[in-house]
Amino acid sequence: MINLSQLDRAESAAVAQAALLANEQREQWESEATTSHLVRSGELDLSHNVILYLDDITVSFDGFRALNKLSLTIDAGELRCIIGPNGAGKTTMMDVITGKTRPDSGKAFFGQTIDLTRLTEPEIAHAGIGRKFQKPTIFERLSAFENLELAMKADKRARRTLFASLFDEDRDRIAGVLKQIRLAHEADRPAGLLSHGQKQWLEIGMLLMQEPRLLLLDEPVAGMTDDETERTAELFVSLAGKHSLMVVEHDMAFVEALGGKVTVLCEGSVLAEGDLASVQADPRVIEVYLGR
Amino acid sequence: MRTPFTVRLLRSTPKSGWLAIAVFAAITLIGVPLAHLALPESSPLHLSAYTVGLLGKILCYMVVAVAMDLIWGYAGILSLGHGLFFALGGYAFGMYLMRQIGRDGSYGAELPDFMVFLDWKELPWYWAGSDSFLWALFLVVALPGVVAFVFGWFAFRSRIKGVYFSIITQALTYAAMLLFFRNETGFGGNNGFTDFKRILGHDITSPEMRVTLFALSAALLIACLVLGRYLVSSRFGRVLAAIRDAESRVMFIGYNPLHYKLFMWTLSAMLCGLAGALYVPQVGIINPSEMSPANSIEIAVWVAVGGRGTLIGAVLGAGIVNLAKSFFTVTVPEYWPFFLGFLFIAVTLYLPDGVVGLWRKLRARRALAAAPDAAESSVAGSSSAAEKADAGPANVTVPKGATA
Repeated sequence: MINLSQLDRAESAAVAQAALLANEQREQWESEATTSHLVRSGELDLSHNVILYLDDITVSFDGFRALNKLSLTIDAGELRCIIGPNGAGKTTMMDVITGKTRPDSGKAFFGQTIDLTRLTEPEIAHAGIGRKFQKPTIFERLSAFENLELAMKADKRARRTLFASLFDEDRDRIAGVLKQIRLAHEADRPAGLLSHGQKQWLEIGMLLMQEPRLLLLDEPVAGMTDDETERTAELFVSLAGKHSLMVVEHDMAFVEALGGKVTVLCEGSVLAEGDLASVQADPRVIEVYLGR
Repeated sequence: MRTPFTVRLLRSTPKSGWLAIAVFAAITLIGVPLAHLALPESSPLHLSAYTVGLLGKILCYMVVAVAMDLIWGYAGILSLGHGLFFALGGYAFGMYLMRQIGRDGSYGAELPDFMVFLDWKELPWYWAGSDSFLWALFLVVALPGVVAFVFGWFAFRSRIKGVYFSIITQALTYAAMLLFFRNETGFGGNNGFTDFKRILGHDITSPEMRVTLFALSAALLIACLVLGRYLVSSRFGRVLAAIRDAESRVMFIGYNPLHYKLFMWTLSAMLCGLAGALYVPQVGIINPSEMSPANSIEIAVWVAVGGRGTLIGAVLGAGIVNLAKSFFTVTVPEYWPFFLGFLFIAVTLYLPDGVVGLWRKLRARRALAAAPDAAESSVAGSSSAAEKADAGPANVTVPKGATA
């Protein structure tokens, strides 16, 4: 099977940084076939209690500066809200962090050692950053259970996935998350048939299955009912501490319920930072929101 | 605890599927050989050499259709160049058959006839070892595999998708056809390879050989179906389905779509190569017209007619279209292209899920009529419920208007 070995080689190239580690662990995998040992692009180093460090990031699209010397740090375990008018660069910032967009200049570090500007999207996901998109993107033709199964932290290389199957612990974990996101009774329905709010929750559940250290959430409560929004806030607050969260949201009641530090973005850089009350009192913030 | 691999392999095909496979195996591996060899020609159940040859040919097409369905129906990648991989397998095995002729060709030379005719003095380097059966078998799988791997690597890495990918595959097979048409490339020009006499020293035209090739084709088809069922019902298959639906999301949860697509693409090409190798001795010729773009498009039509993303639909589609084709080409050959075109338009407009989709719709309707109380709950998921009933829980359908 010549193509299999070539495929193997191609894959090892893709995770080149982890090749050594992978070799050491290969035997272990073989015997355990477990999902607990991930290929990591270097371990996450939180020695200075900073999980995300962006410095002087600039991104231009055809001359338009989507991000303009943006600098931002997020502490380990923090729950940070990002607000700002449309076009402030919130989504572009998430694109830079997850490797979708490469910055023209500036530094982006995950912990002390992992340079995000050098990794691909799957590598960043493995390193421990999970992202929820603005528009819920779930796999519509798979069931809620299968959506969570695919998101589950595991060895995600093709040749492992080919022979992967669920352990009882995995089933329990998926069942646990289904309960947490209140979809236990919908587990086997195609996810495309869920309501909008349920899809949002499913995507949050997929994030949780990945066991990321940092969660990026782009407008997670858009389209949710008040009740769902309230429950989402509770869930996020309970996640903070163990995980770090960055939440982009327009819904001020939701931001208030989360209660964390707030960063205001405007025209690609940080305009103000602090708790919600002080930010809302800032005259510059009032100006960008109310117009000049 | 987790389920052992063999159990998962067995479970990936539902019980009704295994039953169908058993019946199919009994007919093709026992019934047809007996009907051809043991029954006298006067018996109404006797199968003529022509019929066995035709059915064997269609079995090879069915394998190609299953390979096509794996990459198109399940991974959403429409190839319009699968005829190339089929022909490459055919050529690799065809050259072995040419060498088996030995000195019995019309020129009585050591070199194959077409080389003598074109004034070749010795065998080109790339045909070295082509007299070995094992080397030929290796080439049959490796050649399409390597071509597909290299092509797929560049195409998928550059994130070429949809209609652009289809057009490039079409160009690829067309370019290969032009290359094989040339006399100086050493592939026999427009006549290709023909006039085969032996396989492993046995007469290729004997009834026993005919039946053996037929049974091998049937066995290959069964193996492809079982392998295909395993793949599409495994987590690997779910990742592929997820890539088809939302590729960037798949990347953000940590899968590299390139490797998944590349594996399925290469595997699909290798299956086509095997089918091509069994096809050539049964029809007795391989020439560059097998690589013509129209042939590759026809493969896509088979799968569309049967129903994408169902595997069994691919088998049915290849059977229906090819039986119709042999009927038309015998009775009214000039109308065949029109019929094919009409079929494709009709299926696209009225049967987006093919024959299998129609069957499921009818079943769902009947189930609805039988149990009107349950009607409301099953309206939303009627197709999925029906399909779960007859094709196992992990089956993935392609609803209307899905990506081409």
